[in-house]
Order: sequence, then C-alpha cells, then structure tokens
Amino acid sequence: MEVLIYLVPTALLLGLTGLGAFLWSLRNGQYDDVEGAALRVLRDDDISP
Amino acid sequence: MAETLDLSVFVKHQDDGTAHLDLAIEGIDCAACIDEIEGGLCRLNGIVDARLNYTTHRLAVQWQDGAIAPSAVIEELQRLGYRAHPYQSRLVEEDEARRSQWLLKCLAVAGFAAMNIMLLAVSVWSGNVTDITPETRDFFHWLAAFIALPAVAYAGQPFFRSAIGALKAGRTNMDVPITIGILLALAMSVVETINHAEHTYFDSVVMLLFFLLCGRYLDQAMRRRTRAVAGNLAALKAEVAHRIDETGEAVLVPTAALKPGDRVLVRPGERTAVDGIVIAGNSELDESLVTGETTRRVAIPGDVIYAGSMNYDGALTLEVTAAGKGTLLDEVELLLETAAAAKSRYVQLADKVARAYAPVVHLTAALTAIVWIASGASAHDAIITAVAVLIITCPCALALAVPVVQVVASGALFRSNVFLNSGDALERLASVDTIVFDKTGTLTLPEMRVVNADAIRPDLLEAASRLALSSHHPLAAAVARESKEHRPYEEVTEEPGQGVRALVHGVELRLGNPAFCGATELAAQPAGDDADISLIAFSCGHERAILRVRQTLRPDAVATVRALQDIGVDCRILSGDRPEAVAPIAAALGIREWRGGAKPADKIATIEALRTEGRKVLMVGDGLNDAPALASAEVSISPITAADITQAHADAVFVGDRLAPVLAAVTVARRACALMRQNLLIALVYNLIAVPLAFMGYVTPLIAALAMSGSSSLVTLNALRARKVSGKAMPEGSRPANSTSAAPALQGA
Repeated sequence: MEVLIYLVPTALLLGLTGLGAFLWSLRNGQYDDVEGAALRVLRDDDISP
Repeated sequence: MAETLDLSVFVKHQDDGTAHLDLAIEGIDCAACIDEIEGGLCRLNGIVDARLNYTTHRLAVQWQDGAIAPSAVIEELQRLGYRAHPYQSRLVEEDEARRSQWLLKCLAVAGFAAMNIMLLAVSVWSGNVTDITPETRDFFHWLAAFIALPAVAYAGQPFFRSAIGALKAGRTNMDVPITIGILLALAMSVVETINHAEHTYFDSVVMLLFFLLCGRYLDQAMRRRTRAVAGNLAALKAEVAHRIDETGEAVLVPTAALKPGDRVLVRPGERTAVDGIVIAGNSELDESLVTGETTRRVAIPGDVIYAGSMNYDGALTLEVTAAGKGTLLDEVELLLETAAAAKSRYVQLADKVARAYAPVVHLTAALTAIVWIASGASAHDAIITAVAVLIITCPCALALAVPVVQVVASGALFRSNVFLNSGDALERLASVDTIVFDKTGTLTLPEMRVVNADAIRPDLLEAASRLALSSHHPLAAAVARESKEHRPYEEVTEEPGQGVRALVHGVELRLGNPAFCGATELAAQPAGDDADISLIAFSCGHERAILRVRQTLRPDAVATVRALQDIGVDCRILSGDRPEAVAPIAAALGIREWRGGAKPADKIATIEALRTEGRKVLMVGDGLNDAPALASAEVSISPITAADITQAHADAVFVGDRLAPVLAAVTVARRACALMRQNLLIALVYNLIAVPLAFMGYVTPLIAALAMSGSSSLVTLNALRARKVSGKAMPEGSRPANSTSAAPALQGA
C-alpha cells in the first residue's frame, strides 16, 4: 500500500492541473466566441500562396 | 449613406493612444464573413485591430486615435455589404456576463472536487466489502475532507449568498434547504472521519453541488443569451437624426447623442426619433405607431410630436424635449408604472414548489431524528439518519427540472423567430387562454402595401415601382416594394407635395397624386368603397394607372388566428384606430370580439376586466399606446418593429412578416410547461421512493450517489423533448416557399 504515498498526490496534481488549465482558458476569453473559434480554425490565411 | 454620421459618443478613447468602438453587425451568415470584415477593415489606414465575435455578431474595432474617422469604419462595412450599428454595452449585460463567469468557475471547482472525491469514495466502497485496512480508509476520508472543505467553501457561495439574502428578508427559497443540507452533511462527515467510521458523505455533497451548479449555470446562460439578443436588437433599431448645429448645418447623429434643447430637422418620409415641439414647418404626420390611429394629423409650429411619428409632406424643425429612452407620453408613463407593479406579483413555478418543499424536508428530517431516538437508537445514529434524509431530499432534480426545460424551449423559440425577454415568460405564456391583438402593425404589416398589384399590367407596375425608388414619400415606399429590379431611374425630379417624374427613352413617367398625373377621373371611380385606402396615380405617356395602397394583413394572419382558435384560445382585437377601420379586419380574421377607438387607459381597463373574469391574457401589440396594456396583461409579445418602450415591456419579441411566431410561442410554452410539471413529478416520485428508505436508515453514500445522478439525468433527458415542437406549431399553408426571415441575422447571438 506504500504505492499510495506517491500515487494519490500524483492523481491530485493531475486534477489540479486540469482545473488550472480550465480557469486559465476561462480568464483568457476562450469561451467568449465559441462558434467563431470553430470557423476560424478553417482559415488558411497563414499559408503564403 | 451620403452624409457622415457623427459617432463620437460611442467611441472610447484609451490611454495607449487608441480609440475603441463596439458595433453590432447585421447580415453575418457564414464563416467567410469573418475574413471579409476583419481583413477588409485591417486594410484601412490606422486600424490597429478588428475582431468579430461570431457568436454575438459584434465587432470590436481599435484604431490610432485621430488617424481615421469612426464613420469611415461604418462606411467601409457598408461597402462590404454589412450594416453596422454602434453598440453600447449595457450595465445589466456586463453584470450577467460576470456572474456567468463566476458560476462557471464554481462549476469547475465543484467538478474537480467531485471527480477526485468520487475516486477515493469508490475505493472505500469496494474496500469495505473486501479487505481495506482501517488506516487506509481513514487516510482516504481525511484526503476527501481536505479536498471537499475548501471546494465547498468556494463553489457553494452562490447558494450560501442567496440563502442568507432570503433569510435576511424573512423568506425561504430553494437555497435554504440546499445550504442547510450541505453544511450539515459536511459537518457530520468530518465528525465521522474523526470517529474512524465506515461511511462519510463528502462525495454526495460535492456531487450535489456540481449538479445544482449545472442547473444554475444553464439558467444564467439562457438569461444572458436573451440579454445579448435584446442588446443587439436595441442597437439595430438605434435611430439617427439630423441635428442642426450653431452654424445652421444639419449633422447626422445617433439619437443617443441628442440632448433636450437641441434642434432637429425631420425631412419628409422620416420617422421622428425624439419627442419634440415643432418650431418651424408644416406637415402631415402618421402617428399610428404612437396612437394606433391611421388617419394623418396636421402638424403646425407649437405642436408636440412624439417619437415614432412618420413625417409625410414637409420638412419640420423640432426642439427636442426628450431623447433616447425617455420618449413617452406622460399619461402612458403613469399607466405603465401601476401596470408593471401589478405584474411583479407573479410567482414562478419553481419558487412556488420551493416554498412548499423546504418546510416539508426539514420537518421530515427532524421527525426522523425524533422517531429514531424514541425507538431506542443512540443520538449518533439518529442524527446520521436525519442527515441522510436531508441529503437524499436535497432538491437536486428539482433544481434542474425547470431551468433545463427553459433553456431547451427558448432554443426552440429562437428557431421560430421568437426572442424571450424574461425566463419566466414561458410559464405565463403556457397559461394563456385569451389573446388580445392590437390591429395596426400587429395584425397588419407595419408598412403599406399595394393591394391591386394583380390588376395592373406588369410592365406598368415595374416602371412605377422603379420610379418610386427615387421618392422619399412613405406611400411611394409601398410602391417601391413591388419592384423586382431595385434599380432607380436616373435624373428623377421630386416635386414636393406632388410626386416624382422622370424622362425615360423620351417618355415622361410620373408618379404622385392623381392631379399631378392627370388621372383625376380614373381616381374618382374606385375611391368610394374603402376609407382606408390611399391612392397613387402613375402615368406613362398616355397610359394611366391608379395604385391603391393600404395596410394589409400579415400574410398568414388568417391561418394563425384560426389555428389559435383551434387550440382553444379566445382571440380579440383591441385597437386605437377608428371602428370603421377595425371592422373589416375583424371580419376577415373571423374574430367576433373586437373594439376600436380605445385609448391607452381603455385598453388597460379592458384587460383588467378580462383578468377579473379569471382569464389569462396575452397582449400582442406594437404601438406606444399599447405599452401600458402590454405591461398590465399576464404576458405580452410585440413585433420587432414596435416602439422602443413597447418592446422593453414585452415579455417576448418576434421577427419577420408573419404572425405564426405568436402561435409558436404559445404552443412551445405549453409544451415546455407540461414538461416542467412532468419533471417536478419525476423529482417528487423519486423523493417518495428515496425518503422512506432514508428514513429507515438504508441509504448508504453509494445509494445516495446513484439516486442523485439517476434522477438528474432522467430530468435532463426529459427536458430535451421540448426541442421538437416547432413543426406542429405552423398552420398548414402558412409557410411561403421563400420563407426568408430576419432571424438568421440574430440567431445565436
């Protein structure tokens, strides 16, 4: 059962990373324009002709 | 737009030397629009950034201050084929946005905690039936406590605050039992952990919180979406006026920039955007949007004019008495206040349930503790069972039952071109058994149409309508609408008060009053039969034609009214127009109960009388004179063309030429309300099964978790059935082949 000593903190840390990533994306305005983001990904204006 | 629009009131100047402007954009329908708009604007000199929000159809533009005029941005957009309207973000909307972000954060924290604690809880449950050591179990319980306590302290805030607010005001709401349940369960679980017990309820608490927050967030999301639409609509309607500055020059400004005391020029064919006093000029006014009266009124210097009046003949100079939102008759304003106060008494279904539910839950829990102690159990066991009852009855499914249906139903209404202004409107719409329609602009189209278009030779009609494109006269606009090509003739001269004429291929075309076109004998023949019709004459060389223009019924009005009557709704007409004008409309629609010549106070009195009979009244109206009646009715709908103040008091707004959205609103709302009741019933049945189990002490954390997630999913799935409604709502034959609607421009906003 000693394995729990590092498994449990790892699990928690992973969860916290996910939570942190979500809160970051929220603050960064990633959800302000959900439909637009889906369409902008299809633009190819970054490819030089 | 030939003139430049002065937009300085809308521009925000920022510290870094850039200026910022928010615009609501009309006409966005595909992904390519993003590129076209942003790319197009960025080619302009001085533009730093242009970012289009595709979801809300709003554009944020930034430029080097002074490098470019704000109107140039709008002109460029116009050139690209989009109409842009300056948009001022309103305080309410910002509040809602902040609140919904906060709820989302709480939801994320609760979700994180629920996942991790469930991981620990499942281990303990499976360990309890196999070989977990007490030390490991205690370690897991402490770990769960370590996650749950801070998570609940953060994510529970929406409920704690609302519960404290309600208790301070001496009321209870749904959040009171939630808060008590959560806090008791947490406290008990901590005590149990200290006592090395087998079961704790940390997992139930955070899961409960997660589900409840889902409901809250959905509720909030719907309200926010409605607000965003309302904000865009307000911007799209934002009107402009010609302000006369000190030098006597007319400058085009948004009405929001006008102040009382400013002088405004109103040209023929324009709608006045402000209340004012005439200081120069003579004209005839169509005040149908204000009073419902379709006959025109003569305006001379000294007269008071209300916003929304259409100016027909001559240019008027007004002195502004009120601008923007305050444009209202005193009488109407007074009536509105009393009417709106009466409406706020309505109690939502969910609140009604909550009021009855909270005391019952607490009584049951107390009773459980008493019965267990009386039957000889220890105080410890009695309290644990009582807390189990509280947790299992926590209104999880109950809290989801109503908001989920509201979200799904308002989505269905969006697709039928109806925009709800308030969430509880659905419940009130569902109970409607009487609909009172206004006539002008509601049953009829807000604009005039040519009624005898079929009787005129197509080539003559086309020539007349193309000529009409060059005229500012409101009656000419009706003729212009018949045009297929939308190409005006070149070199058209307008003779004020007479008509327009042009020379095409050596033939003189004239459109205007019968005398101007030499068609007085022709005009004299059909004039007798209907007082409402206005005549326009057209001459092309020797040929003469008389066009008869009047307000016509919405294309599907007859079918919609019949469909409404079929589903058992009593339809009536209550108009401010003359009875002679109302009678033929009522006859055409098959409406027996109608009344004309009603003043705003009469309208309120009629609706109050209907309400005292025990009827639930839906008022559909567009005029300023309808605003108090809309506010005093149980629920109200207005077309998008309605006066600003009227729209602000309506519970829902519909777009497009057809009347079918009114029918859709009623049917969707009825179905949604039935689903809400069903959902509440599901929640109740769940409680009837779960409470006795909890009372007997059979509920372990595992059973609580299963019961809670099971009932919540059931309620959510049931709510999704509100989606498939609109198909049945349309009466047969009312769907024109080219059912172009204004909605795509606004949908998803």
